[in-house]
Amino acid sequence: MSEATTAPQVGTDLVKRGMADMLKGGVIMDVVTPEQAKIAEDAGAVAVMALERVPADIRAQGGVSRMSDPDMIQGIIDTVSIPVMAKARIGHFVEAQVLESLGVDYIDESEVLTPADYTHHIDKWNYTVPFVCGATNLGEALRRISEGAAMIRSKGEAGTGDVSNATTHMRKIRAEIKALTAMPEDELYVAAKELQAPLPLVQEIAKTGKLPVVLFTAGGIATPADAAMMMQLGAEGVFVGSGIFKSGDPATRAKAIVKATTFYDDPAVIAEVSRGLGEAMVGINVDEIPEPHRLAERGW
Amino acid sequence: MTTIGVLALQGDVREHVQALTRVGVEAVGVRRLAELEAVDGLVIPGGESTTIDKLLRIFELHEPLKARLADGLPVLGTCAGMIMLATDIIGGIDGQQTLGAIPMTVRRNAFGRQVDSSEVKLTWRPDGTDMDATFIRAPWVESFSDDVEVLAVDEAHGDRTVAVRHGNAIATSFHPEIVAPGATPDDRVHALLVDIVEGR
Repeated sequence: MSEATTAPQVGTDLVKRGMADMLKGGVIMDVVTPEQAKIAEDAGAVAVMALERVPADIRAQGGVSRMSDPDMIQGIIDTVSIPVMAKARIGHFVEAQVLESLGVDYIDESEVLTPADYTHHIDKWNYTVPFVCGATNLGEALRRISEGAAMIRSKGEAGTGDVSNATTHMRKIRAEIKALTAMPEDELYVAAKELQAPLPLVQEIAKTGKLPVVLFTAGGIATPADAAMMMQLGAEGVFVGSGIFKSGDPATRAKAIVKATTFYDDPAVIAEVSRGLGEAMVGINVDEIPEPHRLAERGW
Repeated sequence: MTTIGVLALQGDVREHVQALTRVGVEAVGVRRLAELEAVDGLVIPGGESTTIDKLLRIFELHEPLKARLADGLPVLGTCAGMIMLATDIIGGIDGQQTLGAIPMTVRRNAFGRQVDSSEVKLTWRPDGTDMDATFIRAPWVESFSDDVEVLAVDEAHGDRTVAVRHGNAIATSFHPEIVAPGATPDDRVHALLVDIVEGR
């Protein structure tokens, strides 16, 4: 029998966006050591985010926050078999090149790190590795997609344990998508202008009622109920940053958040997994953070 | 009407539901025992196999599903689903379990990391024509018993076995459920599952 042969096509849209599809319904956990990565994998994480300091520590310690040490990322890649993501600074295309060369499976161009460029984000089409980017609203999400992001996460206020911003941003994105689907076609031109987003993407969303890429949520998620609420608000999966390894019993809490994300619509399961988790991360109210120090406002 | 479930613990459940709907069956998510008992066939989707394995056991679906598969429940597993259907895994994590519906050894993350994920053209042997296949951190079949039928081989990666059938169970390394925007879906793999369920 003759078999068809062509060279494999890597880094296609389908392969990049499809990778995010495989993470759906799952929890991606921030880890700072190979040991934490192992705990996350054993708890049922679908991927880990390798970084040097979790957002709560970045916030506490201040200073410029950058891509992690390649040794540390390599250590995590060598330790777990699930996908490994890592963060590059907004606009820092060389950090992204380095992360791609290390073999990370997804790059998060992240507002949690200090931006490297206050005008331009990374041109993400130039990479084989896919990117996830944060967004506080639909226009921001569509601008990132037009730059090549293959996955979007709503921004919360990272490192706070306060889920209120994540809620605001998920609701905002959902409401703006819904508004587009109800709009007459001849109003989409102005809608695109107001969203500051490309018209073809706006027209596509008006038709399909969803983003063309997977939408996760992030920022301030600390409990199983937080994760389930974000899923009920339309997130397709959850990033948990400081919420796990800044809590009293990370392994138990990690497992509980994984279970609650799968059964996000079943209060009995969420109640069951929420029992006896020990201390949640202490947390900071977003309102108490002076505006220049709010991470969600980085990126545009 | 034929009802085919999609194991909905984690992964690209929606894409499989859409594919099954296109081939004319009722598609439902399966997360609970009662839901599993009500279906005529099952899809185990793409996702993270270590996560799906854990959730299957935590929510006490592993044994009942294994028993239904042993009784001949028609099943399709894609990517992580292929790993779940194997008897043995290379490159799994400590304690990772499978359902053992197909006597084969599967190598996890066989093609490499995400930067090695790719689209490939291969031949779908059941009808001898081309099929576009999308591999995402995919496994391949390392070895299999004599009664396993090979449905597709990936020549571009050195003649790797990437789709197999054993009785009522089908497994693919690639994702027939994933469709590029604007492209015409190729639902032959899902149609084969429906043929098995409906006894054709």
